[in-house]
Amino acid sequence: MPEYAVVTEKLRRSFGDVVAVDGIDLLVDAGEIYGFLGPNGAGKSTAVRMLTTLLMPTSGTAFVAGHDVVREPVEVRLRIGAALQDAALDPKQTGLELLRLQGRLYGLSGRDTAMRIGELESLIEIGDAIKRQVGTYSGGMKRRLDLAASLMHNPEVLFLDEPTTGLDPISRSRVWDEVRRINRELGVTIFLTTQYLEEADALAERIGIITHGKLAAEGTPAALKRQLGSDVIVARVDGDAQQAKRAVENIEAVEAVDAYEEEVSIRVANGAGYISAVALALNEASIRVRDLTLRTPTLDDVFLHVTGGRLQQDEAVDEEAER
Amino acid sequence: MRAARDTAQGTQPRSAVKARRAGFIRDVISLGGRALRSIPRDPESIIPALVVPMFFFAVNVGALQDVAERMPGLDYKAFQLPVAILFAVTGVTRANVLVLDIQGGYFDRLALTPVNRYAMLLGFMVADLVLVMALSIPVIALGLIVGVRFETGLLGIIAFLGIAGIWALAYNGLPYAVALKTGNPAAVNSSFLLFLPVTFLTTVFVPEEALTGWMSQVVKFNPVTYLLQGMRSLVSEGWVVEDLLAAFAGIGSVALLSVPLAMWSLLGRVRRR
Repeated sequence: MPEYAVVTEKLRRSFGDVVAVDGIDLLVDAGEIYGFLGPNGAGKSTAVRMLTTLLMPTSGTAFVAGHDVVREPVEVRLRIGAALQDAALDPKQTGLELLRLQGRLYGLSGRDTAMRIGELESLIEIGDAIKRQVGTYSGGMKRRLDLAASLMHNPEVLFLDEPTTGLDPISRSRVWDEVRRINRELGVTIFLTTQYLEEADALAERIGIITHGKLAAEGTPAALKRQLGSDVIVARVDGDAQQAKRAVENIEAVEAVDAYEEEVSIRVANGAGYISAVALALNEASIRVRDLTLRTPTLDDVFLHVTGGRLQQDEAVDEEAER
Repeated sequence: MRAARDTAQGTQPRSAVKARRAGFIRDVISLGGRALRSIPRDPESIIPALVVPMFFFAVNVGALQDVAERMPGLDYKAFQLPVAILFAVTGVTRANVLVLDIQGGYFDRLALTPVNRYAMLLGFMVADLVLVMALSIPVIALGLIVGVRFETGLLGIIAFLGIAGIWALAYNGLPYAVALKTGNPAAVNSSFLLFLPVTFLTTVFVPEEALTGWMSQVVKFNPVTYLLQGMRSLVSEGWVVEDLLAAFAGIGSVALLSVPLAMWSLLGRVRRR
């Protein structure tokens, strides 16, 4: 197995005048879980489609499992598995038929296919439903079957494109457990895209934040948060957050201030020691404060810092999944 | 950057199973098998193909037999049997499944495998061939039951079936091209409109010599005219090489358009541009 599972250099893809992925450099270690975090339309899926040989890059290079995605697409396909958005399965086949077909297309013998199905059944817990047509499955079952189909040929690198979008919280948690198990027990490198901060934080060893097709920041979740200092004071104000930002940014020990809509995030080394100073400064500037909280930095703060916007879509998507 | 990790840190050893290319033939068989399995699970797409030809056979014979058989030497049931087969096989296609694969993302899942790209279309066409053969058998049986006799015997029936199958594949290139090019189920359904001129602007009701006016000219340019002529010769006349060659030429002229179109659309879909 090569040292790096994914290597890209200046990887770029445009559709006419629209640049979806704009010169991304990536190094993903073999055996790690790498999270590609970004909002809808940031370029995550386009990047994954290039890395999985479904789409040609406009320019730049990409090597996956040691092979060039442009020049050696078949070699790449033999070594990767992918579960793309929305569990792409044939509803008219049974789970078992779908997995057998998957095995045949990867050149597995009947015995190897049966063995892999046996191994994967215990891994993803589909149970007797494997003999039913996929059209009768719940969203969570489809996701787990999709995962199993992606793993039939024992890939070195597994791409998961928003594996929990649209799932209820329980199904999401099960998928997380399965992703961890696949990585831990089978040693599969996992390249995960997500728009959920919580998911990236919980699963990924390293995270790349992508926005407008560019890699805005990269590192372990802890390191990314650490970059912001030890504490964050968040003030939700009535009115102009920019005015609030100006009021607090000159306070001693304040490292940085980000303003977004009606919220100001103030990063300080010792939040408890300065929260009163922040309150006082806002009061002196006649800014009405609705609430003032002190917490450690989250990935959302990192996201705000590097992109200038929030990535708070989890709740909305959860509500949508529940409907 | 960290070095590659020891993947044996977990509790389960990495499986020894290793992927490889299955090969073109196995890919076609695998995908053909999948397309065939989908047929009985999709009965609404087969029932019309079974009912329509029998309906037309019964109506055409019932309405026109007496009038048509005033022409000397014309056995109208034998004349109508190839028409019934034409209706049974023309446009019977799994292109609707292909387009749903594209829309639902399963086409991409297949494209992620090392499967031969041509097999992604040929698998469907293998299933089409099996299906049209299966649909033709009850129609031929109906013909035999009502008294149609093949001058060419059992071998002629097999040739008759074979020509019908090849025709179906040649024609089906068109709906597959539409499916692959557009990825749109409505566009695939609209391709049914091709069926009307192809199957009706020909010698569908009476022989060519009985046609008059513009119709007598138009049928000369419809490849189906020659297809029907070849199939009718197997039923009523025997092994007439000239008629069979004309039938193959008719099929070939359609295939010359449909096959490159389908392949061009397939490659366009998988080219990754």
